[in-house]
Amino acid sequence: MRTTTTPLQRIWEFFVEKLIFLSGFTAIIFVVLLFLFLLKEGLAVFKTVSPQEFIAGKSWYPISKPPQFGILPLILGSLAVTIGAAAIAVPFGVASAVYIAEVAPPRLKEYLKVGIELIAAIPSVVIGFIGMVALAPIVANVFDLPTGLTALSASLMLALMAMPTTVSIAEDAISGVPREYKEAALALGATHWQAIYRVILRAAAPGILAAVMLGIGRVIGETMAVMMITGNSAQIPHTLLQPVRTLTATIAAEMGETMRGSPHYTALFAIGIVLFLITFIVNFTADLFLRRAEARR
Amino acid sequence: MAVHPDTPVAVTGGGSGTGIASLVMGTCQIANCSRPMEPEEIELAHASGVYPKEFIVALDGIAVVVHPSNPVAQLTVDELRRVFTGEITNWQQLDGPDMGIVLLSREVNSGTHVYFREAVLSGDSGSGQFASHALMMPSSQALADEVSQNEGAIGYYGMAYLSPQQKAVAIAKAAGGPYIPPEISSVQDGSYPIARPLFMYTDGEPQGNVKQFIDFVFSAEGQSVVSEQGFVPVRE
Repeated sequence: MRTTTTPLQRIWEFFVEKLIFLSGFTAIIFVVLLFLFLLKEGLAVFKTVSPQEFIAGKSWYPISKPPQFGILPLILGSLAVTIGAAAIAVPFGVASAVYIAEVAPPRLKEYLKVGIELIAAIPSVVIGFIGMVALAPIVANVFDLPTGLTALSASLMLALMAMPTTVSIAEDAISGVPREYKEAALALGATHWQAIYRVILRAAAPGILAAVMLGIGRVIGETMAVMMITGNSAQIPHTLLQPVRTLTATIAAEMGETMRGSPHYTALFAIGIVLFLITFIVNFTADLFLRRAEARR
Repeated sequence: MAVHPDTPVAVTGGGSGTGIASLVMGTCQIANCSRPMEPEEIELAHASGVYPKEFIVALDGIAVVVHPSNPVAQLTVDELRRVFTGEITNWQQLDGPDMGIVLLSREVNSGTHVYFREAVLSGDSGSGQFASHALMMPSSQALADEVSQNEGAIGYYGMAYLSPQQKAVAIAKAAGGPYIPPEISSVQDGSYPIARPLFMYTDGEPQGNVKQFIDFVFSAEGQSVVSEQGFVPVRE
């Protein structure tokens, strides 16, 4: 066996290293370039409206004369479906993760993991379609509403979409807690549930938080499902039982017919900037928590 | 293309605004539009050396529809305006049952939306817009589906989408005037108040292949295709 490297091997090693480095670096460059493009196309909107009118304005009438570009109802619409989805997905998701990681017998554990991954495989447009055709009428009946196309219906279907992400990562976090913690708790006389609740969950907390935030990140960026279920009304939501309009659906629905460079076009790109910033912050925070979870192991 | 196999015709989608932009940039030879070109667009075209020639190739009636169980069967254009701008909120105000009105509209990128706004919502003040609580449906089919399952709904779409699951409302230009239902005959004789022409624009007087195509559109065969698709031919 050789114990020294030939010059040729050294050169080859150098190239491969640089190539891999470039590939990784390209991803970062891509994100930066994308953001710069958004800025270039979107900041021009502030020639037509002031930042305050844009972010805090209550009326979104982009093709009226004169156009009104207030995105507050859109921001609140996105927030409403996201918070609604989180309120459903977090308890169910974390509970499922605890069950899979700690309680389920091994065979059931495998089936459950596969089943939850299958949910992730359903295309979002199919989920939107089912929500529109099957869930919305039920919601309208149960709550006696004029229409079932509401933030609540969207939240329910979005919670379904966020579950696989949340459950997988939370389950990883819970399984990653060192066995010694659990064994110590049980040795000290704790019941299984006490060990889970007081020791394991607290130890896995950063990872679980990351799971929740990644699930939320998934939900905020969802476009097709919300476009079909929310009713797309640009009004400020007071409850979850009314139609709303999200930032994502607005871009998808309206980009088709804007002329490049027109105020409407720049307004939609500005919405893109807002969305980018929100998802960036959510994902970045999730990543920070994940690192903390790693560091603890 | 079936008749002239060596002249391929390519069709791309994108809406009225996209078609006009393409014609001006020279990337298409015929632009289909469901609204007339704006003066600014015509100016832009001239500045680029393109002189659009307008052809009205078909007519499209916009049907206003409600749930089949809804007793309201007649509305004036002004009542329509007050319903869709959110002034009238309950069917009771239109001699109907005591039920909230659920407004359905198309998204802003739809030529149908733009036309309905200009033809019905503008009224005298000229600047009406849809109530903010109107549901913006992503397609005419989605709108039709919601109307068919919601008793308080009212919406609009091109006549081609009329089906037994929705009930078309007869419209009068003014109170007391004759209430006209959306039908091919009422659109052709101009009595139906909410009908719009559908346009094709070419760069200057059509020549060669483009002229052949435009001639085909206006021929009896072309116009029968128009009516097969659910639109209204411009000539019998």
